[in-house]
Amino acid sequence: MNKVLKGKAFVFGNNIDTDQIYPGRYLELVKPDEIAKHCLEGADPEFASKAAKGDVVVSGTNFGCGSSREHAVITLLNAGVSVILADSFARIFYRNSINLALPLMVCKGISKKVSNGDCLEVNLEEGIIINKSTGEKIQGEKISEYAMEIIKSGGIKPLFRKKFGDK
Amino acid sequence: MHAIEKILARAAGKDGVKTGEIVSCKIDFAEINDLYLQTVYSFNEMGGKNVWDKDKIAFVFDHYSPAPTIKTAQIHKEMRGFAKEQGLKNHFDINTGVCHQVMPEAGLIWPGMVLVATDSHTTTHGAFGAFGTGIGATEMATVMMSGELWFRVPEIINIEINGKLQPGVLAKDVILHVLGKLKADIAVYKAIEFSGTYIEETDVACRMTICNMAVEMGAKTAYMKPNDKVFKYISERTDKKYIIDETDDDFEYAEKYVFNIDDLSPQIAVPHSVDNAFPIEEVDKVKVNQAFIGSCTGGRLEDIEEAVKILIGKKINTDTRLLIIPASTEVYKKAIKLGYVEALLDAGATFSSPGCGPCLGTHQGLLAPGEVCITATNRNFPGRMGSTEASIYLASPATVAASALIGEIKDPRELVRGSI
Repeated sequence: MNKVLKGKAFVFGNNIDTDQIYPGRYLELVKPDEIAKHCLEGADPEFASKAAKGDVVVSGTNFGCGSSREHAVITLLNAGVSVILADSFARIFYRNSINLALPLMVCKGISKKVSNGDCLEVNLEEGIIINKSTGEKIQGEKISEYAMEIIKSGGIKPLFRKKFGDK
Repeated sequence: MHAIEKILARAAGKDGVKTGEIVSCKIDFAEINDLYLQTVYSFNEMGGKNVWDKDKIAFVFDHYSPAPTIKTAQIHKEMRGFAKEQGLKNHFDINTGVCHQVMPEAGLIWPGMVLVATDSHTTTHGAFGAFGTGIGATEMATVMMSGELWFRVPEIINIEINGKLQPGVLAKDVILHVLGKLKADIAVYKAIEFSGTYIEETDVACRMTICNMAVEMGAKTAYMKPNDKVFKYISERTDKKYIIDETDDDFEYAEKYVFNIDDLSPQIAVPHSVDNAFPIEEVDKVKVNQAFIGSCTGGRLEDIEEAVKILIGKKINTDTRLLIIPASTEVYKKAIKLGYVEALLDAGATFSSPGCGPCLGTHQGLLAPGEVCITATNRNFPGRMGSTEASIYLASPATVAASALIGEIKDPRELVRGSI
């Protein structure tokens, strides 16, 4: 995992729920590339076609509220999103994201400090975001050591494979 | 300590826990629904061979029951195969109902237990004094291997609800009112305890509806101190010995809110957010294309009974469809025996087999662009029940039935007959 992530910002509002991130009617899909095609379709039907590898999703409060569906993380990961920054996250989404090694950072007020298309530089270990388009330096909340360890390992699967595999 | 903290401490093998602490808890029961074949895939990817305890894990086929597509039929096929191969003691196939209804019915829920399920509405089981929380598919695979999961001991919010509801006003109205006042992110990462005279006296179905929607406030779990109705319900279904945890008198809640419901009006959450809730008097009386009574929130016998009170001997509006999906086969059988199903079929309702139905937009009654649905379910997000251009209004089963009768959003208090 790169220490510093760079990408273009896509800014969303408050309470972006998992039905907007990944509508229920596509839950039967299991292939990651097919799942990626519907990323954030409920909030912005064009997102999946506009997003490029490394892009950053920025949102208001309670991002990922609603259903426990892991597809919400799988779709963001496979659409190329490198990190999610939000005023706050819903709990199940937060855990799913850490477990699948999609970095995310709580950063109060971020949705007001970043505009669509801004170029962002995110230092996960320091919890610092630099908005290259405005020059503003924004301090987020550092990811806990426990969660960072999971992300660095590539998610919970490699960790568990080591610990419990073949039992 | 709070009762929730005592549950977590016991499951972690500790004398005590404090807010913010990370604890690793032994899981009493783990449930996986049929959206999450991914759990099996993750289990295999992590090198899992045998599940940690075949008596403590069950699959429930509810979200896709019966399978609406070939892909979902394949999901069921693979999950069935895994359940059989692992020898899981409990298995709930397409003939049973919604997980949060069938688990309590099967005697798998009791006070003081730690329950995880791959469904956000696992907060429902706080109605029984259990610690229930939703987790993702891969995290569930780690539970299937280890039988444990880490939790952050949450801050606890107390929501006290006092008073008595007027006829035609239901538990669903209570929780929509609370959501409208406290908003959808009030309890992110936190737990909610519901207390007060209403909660102490009310029945199991009402308690389940309220705890069910605690997750719509972001709550990790919900809790109600079990009452005699809960003890009776459980004793009829299991002889499991359990411990009832008492909250210490000196426990300090992170936040406290008090509501009185004596004069509460029926509530409606208007599109497209669960916390857009208003008294029905303030809501535009829009025309309704579909009315739905069902799901883990509003598909119990008591919910169907509310519809019967309003619709018996009448016909629903010819421009409105009324869809009723009992939350479980047990609910369905009781509704048949009591004559509810016949009364509602005569009124023009459409019944489907027990399960989640169209609540999450997979099948059994989806919405076309521009359509309006009033529903006894839990979410009105854009696209939740079909087209993103449809509008979903959340309401009580009584308001849903009244609206189906008139063909537009309607206050049920004017129609309730009082008894059947």
